[in-house]
Amino acid sequence: MSYLAKPTLHHPKLPVNKLGYTRRDYEGAVSTLCAGCGHDSISAAIIQACFELDLPPHRIAKVSGIGCSSKTPTYFLGNSHGFNSVHGRMPSVLTGANLANRDLIYLGVSGDGDSASIGLGQFAHCMRRGVNMVYIVENNGVYGLTKGQFSATSDKGSKSKRGVVNTDSAIDLVSMALQLGATFVARSFSGDKAQLVPLIKAAILHRGAAFIDCISPCVAFNNHAGSTKSFDFVREHNEAVNFLDVIVGRDSIAVDYAPGTVVEVRQHDGSILRLRKVVAEYDPHNRVVALNYLQERQAAGEFATGLLYVEPEPEDLHAHLNTVETPLNRLTEAELCPGSAALERFNAAHR
Amino acid sequence: MKATDISAPDYFHKVVDCQWACPAHTPVPEYIRLIAARRYADAYMLNWDSNVFPGILGRTCDRPCEPACRRGRVEKEPVAICRLKRVAADYKGDIRPRLPSVPRQKNGKRIALIGAGPASLTVARDLLPFGYHVVIYDLDPLAGGMMRTQIPKFRLPQSVLDEEIGYILAMGPELRLGRPIASLKTLLAEGYDAIFVGSGAPRGRDLEVPGRTEAAAHIHIGIDWLAGVSFGHVDRIGKRVIVLGGGNTAMDCCRSSKRLGGEDVRVVVRSGFDEMKASPWEKEDATHEGIPIFNYLVPKAFAHEGGRLTGMVFEKVAPKYDQRGRRSLIPTGEPDVRMDCDDVLVAIGQENAFPWIERDSGIKFDRWGMPVVDPETMQSTLPNVFFGGDAAFGPKNVIWAVAHGHDAAISIDRLCNGADVRDRPHPSVNLVSQKMGIHEWSYDNQVSNDLRYRVPVRDTAVTLKDIRIEVELGYDEKLAYVEAQRCLNCDVQTVFTASLCIECDACVDICPTDCITFTQDGSEEELRGRLKAPAVNLTQALYVSDVLPTERVMVKDEDVCLHCGLCAERCPTGAWDMQKFFLETAQAGHACRSR
Repeated sequence: MSYLAKPTLHHPKLPVNKLGYTRRDYEGAVSTLCAGCGHDSISAAIIQACFELDLPPHRIAKVSGIGCSSKTPTYFLGNSHGFNSVHGRMPSVLTGANLANRDLIYLGVSGDGDSASIGLGQFAHCMRRGVNMVYIVENNGVYGLTKGQFSATSDKGSKSKRGVVNTDSAIDLVSMALQLGATFVARSFSGDKAQLVPLIKAAILHRGAAFIDCISPCVAFNNHAGSTKSFDFVREHNEAVNFLDVIVGRDSIAVDYAPGTVVEVRQHDGSILRLRKVVAEYDPHNRVVALNYLQERQAAGEFATGLLYVEPEPEDLHAHLNTVETPLNRLTEAELCPGSAALERFNAAHR
Repeated sequence: MKATDISAPDYFHKVVDCQWACPAHTPVPEYIRLIAARRYADAYMLNWDSNVFPGILGRTCDRPCEPACRRGRVEKEPVAICRLKRVAADYKGDIRPRLPSVPRQKNGKRIALIGAGPASLTVARDLLPFGYHVVIYDLDPLAGGMMRTQIPKFRLPQSVLDEEIGYILAMGPELRLGRPIASLKTLLAEGYDAIFVGSGAPRGRDLEVPGRTEAAAHIHIGIDWLAGVSFGHVDRIGKRVIVLGGGNTAMDCCRSSKRLGGEDVRVVVRSGFDEMKASPWEKEDATHEGIPIFNYLVPKAFAHEGGRLTGMVFEKVAPKYDQRGRRSLIPTGEPDVRMDCDDVLVAIGQENAFPWIERDSGIKFDRWGMPVVDPETMQSTLPNVFFGGDAAFGPKNVIWAVAHGHDAAISIDRLCNGADVRDRPHPSVNLVSQKMGIHEWSYDNQVSNDLRYRVPVRDTAVTLKDIRIEVELGYDEKLAYVEAQRCLNCDVQTVFTASLCIECDACVDICPTDCITFTQDGSEEELRGRLKAPAVNLTQALYVSDVLPTERVMVKDEDVCLHCGLCAERCPTGAWDMQKFFLETAQAGHACRSR
C-alpha cells in the first residue's frame, strides 16, 4: 500500500465533463489495498463511469458491508455520500436509504464473502424486491482479509495458494440474480475496463435492481496456478457474449456495424444501450436463454461475460409500494398529517 | 513500435529535461536533492565538476534548463534551478581541500589559451590537474573575460567572481594579461602543443545613423561602456539616458545607468516586447527598477546642437508577418518620435573579431568571417588550434562557453597523447534501483504542490545608490528547501520489465498524469493519438515495452510523468521500478583516453 496522497497535479489535457469536473475530481483517497488488487481497477472503472455520465458527486450514495471490497468506496467518489455498514447488511441499509430518499443514485459495493456467505439472504431479498441500485460484487473467490480461505464463490476443485483443493460447490451469484428477478444482470472482469466501464454506466442508468458480478483477482491470495480467479485463468476462459456502448441523451452516434449483429435497448430514461453481439444466438432479453447459456458455459469451464440480461421496462421497489414521487425524507408535516377532521372521518368509517 | 532500448544512455538522459538542455549536462536533480539535504558542499562540487562556475552561473546563467523543466509542463513555472545553484555556492563553506591537486611534475606539454574568459578558464581547469603547462593570454589586466567586464557587479559581486576564478588561477596557469595578441603566426612559432582561442565576441555593433559622428562624445557602445564601468574608468552618466537594444546587454546598460546618475533611463527597442532577446527575468528586473521599455521604434537620427547630443529621433513601426511567418517592420506613417537625452548607450549586438589571425595561417574562415570549427571537437582547420565560447560560433553565453571548453580540453588532451581527436569518450552512466522497502524510496517521492518561490531582493532605495550592491539576496535555507522540493526528480526513472508484468492495470489506475497505457502496438504517430491521454508533445519520447502475454504493449508517454513512483508502489510484481539515472559527461584525463 502507499502512504502518500496521490499528487493533485494532473495531465494538462485532461478532459472535463459537462459539470466542469475532470475524472480526477471523482477520485477518493489512495487505496490501502494490496498493490495490484483487482478491486482498485473496479474503483477506477466506477470513477470513469461517473465522470462520463456527468453525475454530480453529491447525488450519489455508496453503501458497503465488510471486506476488502467493502473498503473500496473510500477510494472513489470522495465527494459522495458513503455508509460502510455491517457485514452482509449493505442491502438492508441501502434499501432503507433508498426508501427514504429515492432521488439519489445508489451504489452498493460488496464482495463474495459479504454477499455470498454472511449476506446471502440480504442479497436475495434485495434482488427480488427490485431496489433501484447498482449492486457490484467484487468477486475474488477468496477471503483476502483473513489470509486466503476459500469463499462461497470459489469453484469446486480449485486450489488455494497453499495447495488445498476446494471440495464445496460454488455459488453463482449471476444465476441467482437472474432467478431472483434482477432486471439488469451482467458479469465482467476487473482487468477489462473497456467492457466494465460501459456496463457500470448502463447499470447506473437502469431504474431497477442492476447486478454486476465482477471477477477481481486477489493478487495476494488467489492469483496462482490452480486458481480459477487468477488473471491468467480469467483471461483464458473469458467468453464475452456482447460488447456494449452506452448512449446518453439525443446525440446519435453513427456506428458502422454489420447488420444483424447490433441490438439496441432503449431504456426508460431515453438512454440507449447498443449491444454488439459476439455470440449470435445470445438474446439478452430472455431469462431462460440467459440461464441456460450460463450453465452451458460454466459446464465448459468458461465465464460468460457482458450484459447477460436486461429488462428495458423495469419496475422498482417504489413502484411496487406505490410511493409518492417526492422522496419520503422531504415530506413535511403538511403532507404527512391530514388533520383532525380527516382523522374523525377515518375513525367514523370504522364505527 | 520497436521496444525502447533503455540501455542507450540518451534515452533516459532526454527524460531528465534539465540536464539534457544544459550545454554542460549538469546533473541537476541530483544537486537539487543534495541542497534539500543541506549537503551544500557536495551540491557545489557536483556543479563545479560540470559547469566550473556554480556561484557565477547561479546568478547569471541563461538557464536553458528552466524552459525545459518538466514542472513547467504540469503547472505554471519551472523549478528555480539557477537560483538553487546559487544556494549551493552561498552555503558551501570552504571547499578548497576538495579541489583537484596539480602535479608538481609537468607532462611537458604547453598549451596557450587566448582570452581569460569562461571557455579558456574551463580548458585550464580541465588540463592543469594532468600536468599541462597552460599559458593564458588576455587583453584585460584581470582574468574573467566578459564575466568580469560585461556583467555588472549588482548582479555578480566581485567577491564571487574572484573566488571562482581564483580556484583555477590557484592551479598555477602562467598568466600573460594586459597585453594584446598581435599575431597567431608568432604564437604558433612559440611551439605550443595546442592553442585554444576563447577570445569571445569583443566588438559591440555600432549604429550608423545621421548625427553619429557629430554627437560621438555622448554615444557609447554598450559592452565597452560596461567594461569601463567594471574597471572603474566610468563612474557617471547623464541624467537622461537612452539605451538602444533589447538584449541582456541592454538590460545591464540601463540598470547600470540608473545607478550612475541616470534619472530618466529608458530602453528603446525596434521589436515588440515579447520578441526582445533579453531573458524574461532580466526584463522583469529592469521594469522593477522603474525603467520603461519602448517598443517598435527604429532609430532614425541622433539630434545634436553645437556638437552636443540632445536627443534621438525614432520612426514608429508595426510588425507584419508574411505567409511563412517571417516578420518585417513596416513604418506606420505616424509622426516620428523624439526623445531628449544626454547619453545614448548602443547595445544592439556583438560581433566576433579576429584581426590578429592571419588569413594565411591555415585557419579557414567562412563567408561571415567566422572560423570553420568542428562543433564536436572544437578543432579548427589547423589541427592544433581549437576554438570555444563566443569565438567559435558567435555570441552565446557562459554555460555554452564552459561546454565548449570541456570539449576542447578533451580534444587537446587526446591530441597531445597521440589519440584520434574525433574519437570521443562516452559519458559515464549509472542506473540503480532506489527501492528501500515496500513503499519506501531513497528519494522524496511526494510531489510538492508549492508554486515557484520568488528570490528575495534588496530594496531599490538601497540598490540604486551603489552599483556594487547585489540586488538579489538569494534564497535562505528554508526557501531553498521548499523550492528544492518542487523538483520532480526526473532522473529517478520509471523502469519497466515486461516479463514481470501481470497486466493488472494498477499502474494505469494510480498514475496521476495518465502516462501509462496498455494497448495494441502500432506506429508511433497512430499510438500517440490513442493513449489514455493524447501524447501531443512530440519532443518527448514514448517508452514502449516488449509484447506482453495479452499481445498488448505497455506505452508510457514520458511528457508529464511526475516521477512520483506510485506506479512502482502499486505494482504487485516489481515490473515497475524507480531507478536513478546518473550521467556524467566525459572530461579530459586518463579515464577519457583509455576508453
